[in-house]
Amino acid sequence: MSFASINTVTTDPAWRKRVTYFVIAIALLWPMLIATEFKPWDLIDAQSLRATVRFLAAFFPPAHSLEFLQLVAHATWETIAMATAGMSLALIAAIPFTLLVTEQISISRIGTGRMHLAATVIRQSVRWLLVLLRSVPELVWALLFVRIVGLGPTAGVFAIALTYCGMLGKVYAEILESTDAHATKTLLENGSSRLSALLYGTLPDAASELVSYTVYRWECAIRGSVVMGFVGAGGLGQRMDESMKMLAGGEVSTMLLVFVLLVGCADGVSKLFRKHLG
Amino acid sequence: MCFALHGVSVRHNSSTKADTPALSDLHLSISAGEQIALIGPSGAGKTTLLHTLACAHAPVTGRFTSFGLEPWRLSSQQRHALRSRVFLAPQTPPLPARQRVVTAVLAGRLPQWSLWQAMRSLIKPFDTQAAYDALARFNLQDKLYARVDRLSGGERQRCGMARLLISQAEAFLVDEPLSALDPTLAIQTLKTLQLEAKTRNAVLICSLHQVELARAHFPRIIGLRDGRIVFDASRENLSDAMIEALYRNVSAQSSPDANTTLEDSLFSSITDTRCF
Repeated sequence: MSFASINTVTTDPAWRKRVTYFVIAIALLWPMLIATEFKPWDLIDAQSLRATVRFLAAFFPPAHSLEFLQLVAHATWETIAMATAGMSLALIAAIPFTLLVTEQISISRIGTGRMHLAATVIRQSVRWLLVLLRSVPELVWALLFVRIVGLGPTAGVFAIALTYCGMLGKVYAEILESTDAHATKTLLENGSSRLSALLYGTLPDAASELVSYTVYRWECAIRGSVVMGFVGAGGLGQRMDESMKMLAGGEVSTMLLVFVLLVGCADGVSKLFRKHLG
Repeated sequence: MCFALHGVSVRHNSSTKADTPALSDLHLSISAGEQIALIGPSGAGKTTLLHTLACAHAPVTGRFTSFGLEPWRLSSQQRHALRSRVFLAPQTPPLPARQRVVTAVLAGRLPQWSLWQAMRSLIKPFDTQAAYDALARFNLQDKLYARVDRLSGGERQRCGMARLLISQAEAFLVDEPLSALDPTLAIQTLKTLQLEAKTRNAVLICSLHQVELARAHFPRIIGLRDGRIVFDASRENLSDAMIEALYRNVSAQSSPDANTTLEDSLFSSITDTRCF
């Protein structure tokens, strides 16, 4: 008996819980692998390897005729413009939503810990609006806007703006809420207005994360605009779709290289911003 | 009358009805220009009392008036306007690590600034002279454009006090302003606070752990323990025995009961572990 009690005293009380969660996670994952017919060994059988090699061989050498490069440069510019314009619109819409959702700047919560009913209702409805905006994939928005404004980058811009507004609003609010609330809370308790308190209390510490997430989303918007190009929203995506259909592997690889460069640039910009704000 | 409490009890937002309240049945009246030290053991409710006076905690019972108004009967907007007349300086300086000192100090003016002014001052701080003067009174003027995370603990604490000087409040509620300062700096800082309060005829309430400093510098001293006021006396009427009684701790009562309760709690924590 005494031996048992010593044993229970020294064993980590969290251990059994950890093992249980691990077993549950495996039990949940297994049916998912079956449902998705996950058979990685199919990738390395002789037939698959041959198909892969044939596809990749067509990528070399990348197309580099002057005429084609000019075409790619123009399409790249269109893609960057689409992503940037879409992001800017998303940003303009997301900032007010973020401010509405953030619970950190609730004045009614001071002293009682409870928010006003009206404030809670507004926060929840904006949250649901953001869920709606981002739960519809940008491709679906793009298909819708291609029907409204016709083929071309405008459809892509609108599609990016709507989806990314939902994502930015949610993540911005979460970044602000995960920042230490002490400074903002004190400013509010000393009588500052909500937005001033946010600007002086939370923003200094959250700024670099907000910027790096925004740049990362811009990078995603560039990739996203390619997918939308496949449904006729212009830019590199549309060119890539055409080249794919013509089985021109060299052209596809040139455009892929352009993507690598763009993503690399976004990475550099993000690093630069972080260095200056950090 | 600046603050008045009649039978005020305060509970923490997370506590249940069964818990003992953080402050119970307080009676207190504080006039303009008074300087008060708040002393008592850790967990006595000093911080909660300061927060209650600053309208940052709502009392559950009793009548609380601040500048002749009952804040918790006012509309949310009027109550928030009242908050700008009181400056609450928390124990840990509320300064974002990545902010510059000048911005952190000027934030004391936020209640008076419009949002537009606040945004402009983020780009180019205005009234840097006021921030410089406030910092100079704590010998920190050369840190004006330094970043907060480059300051030492004591410098941060004084930077928070410089924000107090910049504010236009009529009452200063300061939670342990001297905890990170050496004895010499502590006295200098305290004197600066007291001088500022005197020139503005503002109330100054400091919670302190340094009993000797409290007795040497404050005309009125309030002793708080377990959420109750043990004494509220002028410096002259405060005896060593009163101080000793205030800080006498449970184990020092040296009754065998104290020992058994300690063992009991130890034992119960072990059985709790076994439950997992």
